[in-house]
Amino acid sequence: MDEIPYTVKPHPLSGLYSGKLGIWLFLASEVMLFGALFSSYILLRVGSDSWPVGSELLNIPLAMLNTFILIISSVTVVLGWASLKLGEHGKAKMYLWVTVLLAFGFLIVKGFEYGAKFSHHISPATNNFYATYFTMTGLHGLHIVGGIAVFVYLLTSGSKLLEENPEHYTNRIECAGLYWHFVDLVWIFLFPALYLL
Amino acid sequence: MSVAHETHDDHGHHVELPFWRKYVFSTDHKVIGIQYAVTALFFLLFGFTLMMMMRWQLAYPGQPMPLIGTFFSEANMPGGIMVPEFYNQLGAMHGTIMVFLGVVPLAVGGFGNYVLPLQVGAPDMSFPKLNMASYWVFLPGGLIMLASFYAEGGAAQSGWTSYSPLSNTAPAGQTWWLIGMIFLITSSLLGSVNFIVTTIQLRVEGLSFFRLPFFTWAQFVTAFLLLLAFPPLEAAGVMQLMDRVAGSSFFLPSGLVISGQLLDVAGGGNPLLWQHLFWFLAHPEVYVLILPALGIVSEIITVNSRRPLWGYRTLVYSIISLGFLSFIVWAHHMFMTGMGTAMSNFFQTTTMIISIPSVIILTALALSLNGGSIRFPTSMLFALAFIPMFAIGGLTGLPLGLTAADLHLHDTYYVIAHFHYVVAPGTVFALLAGVYHWYPKVTGRKMNEALGKLHFWISLIGINVVFMPMFFVGMAGVSRRLYDQTQYAYGAQVQGLTAMSSWGAWFLGAAQIFFIINFFWSRKNGEKVESDNPWNATTLEWATPTPPPHGNFPEVPKVYRGPYEYSVPGAKSDFSPQHVEEG
Repeated sequence: MDEIPYTVKPHPLSGLYSGKLGIWLFLASEVMLFGALFSSYILLRVGSDSWPVGSELLNIPLAMLNTFILIISSVTVVLGWASLKLGEHGKAKMYLWVTVLLAFGFLIVKGFEYGAKFSHHISPATNNFYATYFTMTGLHGLHIVGGIAVFVYLLTSGSKLLEENPEHYTNRIECAGLYWHFVDLVWIFLFPALYLL
Repeated sequence: MSVAHETHDDHGHHVELPFWRKYVFSTDHKVIGIQYAVTALFFLLFGFTLMMMMRWQLAYPGQPMPLIGTFFSEANMPGGIMVPEFYNQLGAMHGTIMVFLGVVPLAVGGFGNYVLPLQVGAPDMSFPKLNMASYWVFLPGGLIMLASFYAEGGAAQSGWTSYSPLSNTAPAGQTWWLIGMIFLITSSLLGSVNFIVTTIQLRVEGLSFFRLPFFTWAQFVTAFLLLLAFPPLEAAGVMQLMDRVAGSSFFLPSGLVISGQLLDVAGGGNPLLWQHLFWFLAHPEVYVLILPALGIVSEIITVNSRRPLWGYRTLVYSIISLGFLSFIVWAHHMFMTGMGTAMSNFFQTTTMIISIPSVIILTALALSLNGGSIRFPTSMLFALAFIPMFAIGGLTGLPLGLTAADLHLHDTYYVIAHFHYVVAPGTVFALLAGVYHWYPKVTGRKMNEALGKLHFWISLIGINVVFMPMFFVGMAGVSRRLYDQTQYAYGAQVQGLTAMSSWGAWFLGAAQIFFIINFFWSRKNGEKVESDNPWNATTLEWATPTPPPHGNFPEVPKVYRGPYEYSVPGAKSDFSPQHVEEG
C-alpha cells in the first residue's frame, strides 16, 4: 500500500481531489491574512483625524491599467486550463505563457508606480497611508511573484507530468489558476480601498 | 528514530533510498513526525533551561549564579549576576520557545504527523512533500530564534507577546524574532492544510467521521485553528517588521516619548492594534496547545481503563464548539487596556461560555474511568495526573475571565500559575504520556517502567511546588515580569514562596534526567514488544507492523466499528479492534 489515494480522482464525500481541497484551505488562510491587513487599514483610518484621499496621491490610470492586466490574465488562465481539458496542449501552453507575461507586465507597471513615489522621497515612513499602501501592495506583489514562479515551473521542468498524466497536470493548473484568481481578487479589493476611497 | 528496514520491507517494492532521503529530507510522515518530536523535545529542554536560570535571579536577586554564571559574557552576566536586559531576553525567549518551538511542534508536528495518518488508515499524508517542507521551514525558524541571542543587544526582550511600542524600539533581536515567527507560521500553515486534507480524503473504507478516534478529531480541529488564526499574526508580524525596518508607524502613536526624547516617526499608529492581532492568534493558540493533549489523554485513558470513551459524540461536539469559540474570546487578555465596557462584557461572556465545553470534556474523561479495570503504566499515570492539573488550570482561569477580578490579578504571577497549570502539568504531561504510550509502536520497545515512574512522581511533586506558590505570590500583587520583587514591600513579604518555586523548578529539572536517560536507553535496551498491539488497543495505528514500514499498512485496512469498543458484552476479548470484522 503505497499509492496515496485521491491525488487525481475526486473523493466521493468531498467531491474534490486532494490538491483542490488543499488549495481552498490555503486560500482560506490567505483570506485571514489579507483580512487582518484590511481590518488594520480600517482601524487606522477610522482612528486618524487626517487620512489623505488616495485618489489625490496615487496614480489611478496606472492602477486601472494594472487592474485590466490582472483581469485579462485571469481569463487567459481559464483559457489555458480549458484547452488542457480539450487536449489542446500547445494552445494551453501559449495561454499560460501569456498569463506569465501579463503578470510580469503588472510588476513592471507597479515598479514604475513605486519608482515615482521613491523619487519623491515618499516611503512607508512618510505616513500611515503610505505605510498601508506599500505594505499591502507589496505583499500582493509578492503573491504575484509566487504565482509567476508556480506557472513558470509548471510550464518548464514541471511540464513532464503533462505527458505522463495529463489529468494530474490539468489539476495542477486548475489549483494554480484558483490561486491566481485569488490574487486577482485581492487586487480588486485593494484598488478601490487604496486608490479611490 | 527508525523506519522499518529490518523485517517488513517485503511488503512493498521500494527502491532503496539514500541515507539523506530516508532520514534527513524524508517525505515519510513517520520520519517527519520523529524529526519534529526530537527537535521539539530539545527545544522544550532548552526553553526550560532558560527558565531555570531566571529562577536563580528570582530566588536570590542580585547574587552571582554559582558555576553556570561564569559561562556567560560580561555583557549578560557580569560577575555571574544576571543583568535585567538578559533576564528579559530569557523571559521572552522562554515563552516563545516553549509555545512555538516546543509544545506545538511536539503535539501537532510530532504526534499529529506520526499518529494521525495511521489512525485514519492512510499510507502517508496527502501531500508528503509539503509535509517535508513544513519541517524544513520550521527548523530554520527555530535556529533563527536561537541565533538571535547573538544579535546586537541580544534576543527579543519584549515578552513573548512582543507588545508594541516596546518591541518597536527594542534592539535587533526583535527583528530576528519576527523573521523567525514568519518561518514558523509558514511551517504550521503547510502542516495544517495537510492534516485537514488527510483527515477528510484519506480515511479508509468504513471509517466515517464519527468513527474517528478522538485524537484525530482533536488534531483535525487544531489544524483549523492553526490555519485560520496564524495568518493575522503573520500580518501583524509583517507590519511590525515594516515599523522596525522601513520606518512606518503602524503601532506607534503620535507624540511617543521614549527616555525623555520625542520619537522621530510619522505616528498615527495604534499599539492596541498589535494586541488585537496578536491575541487573535494567541488565544486560539492556547487551544492549539490543549486540544491535542485532550486527544492523547482520551486515547490513553480508554485503553488503560478498558472502557469506551464516555460520551464520544458529545466530546466531538464539544471540541468543535471549543474550536469555534476560541476565535471570539481573544480580548479577555486586554481588559486592562481601556477598550471599553461593552467590549469587555462581550468577551467576558464568551469566555464564560467557552468554559462549558472544556468542563464537559474533562468530566467525560473522568467518567470514562468508571467501572474500568485500570492498568497503571507510566503513560496512564501522566494521563490521570493531567485531569486534576488541567482542572486547576482551567478553574483558576475563571477569575481572570471576569473583568472585576481580572483588574486585581492581571499581569501578576497568578496569571503565570494559571496558564502554566494548563500547559505544563496539563499539556506537557499529556505529551509525556503520549511519548510513553506510542514509544513501543515507533521503536518496537517499551520504555523502562521503573525510570518512568520515578520520572512521573518527582515531576508531579516538583511541578506543583513550582506553580502552586505562584497563585499566592500573584494574589499578593507581584507582577509577572519583575526582575527583583524584593524591591517592593509587598514582594519582599512573599519572597520565600518565590524561592520555593525556584527550588521546585530545579527539582523538576532534575526529574527530567530520568526521562532523557530512559528515552535514549530504551531505544536499544527496552523490553521488546511481543505483538504489534502491546496495549491491546482498538485504533488503527496498532494494526500496522512494528515499527510501521514505508506505506504503513501491508494491506488497505477496512473499518467495521467505532474507535473505543472496549469490554463489549458478549465479545471474544475485552477489546474489539476497529479493523477486525468479528468482535
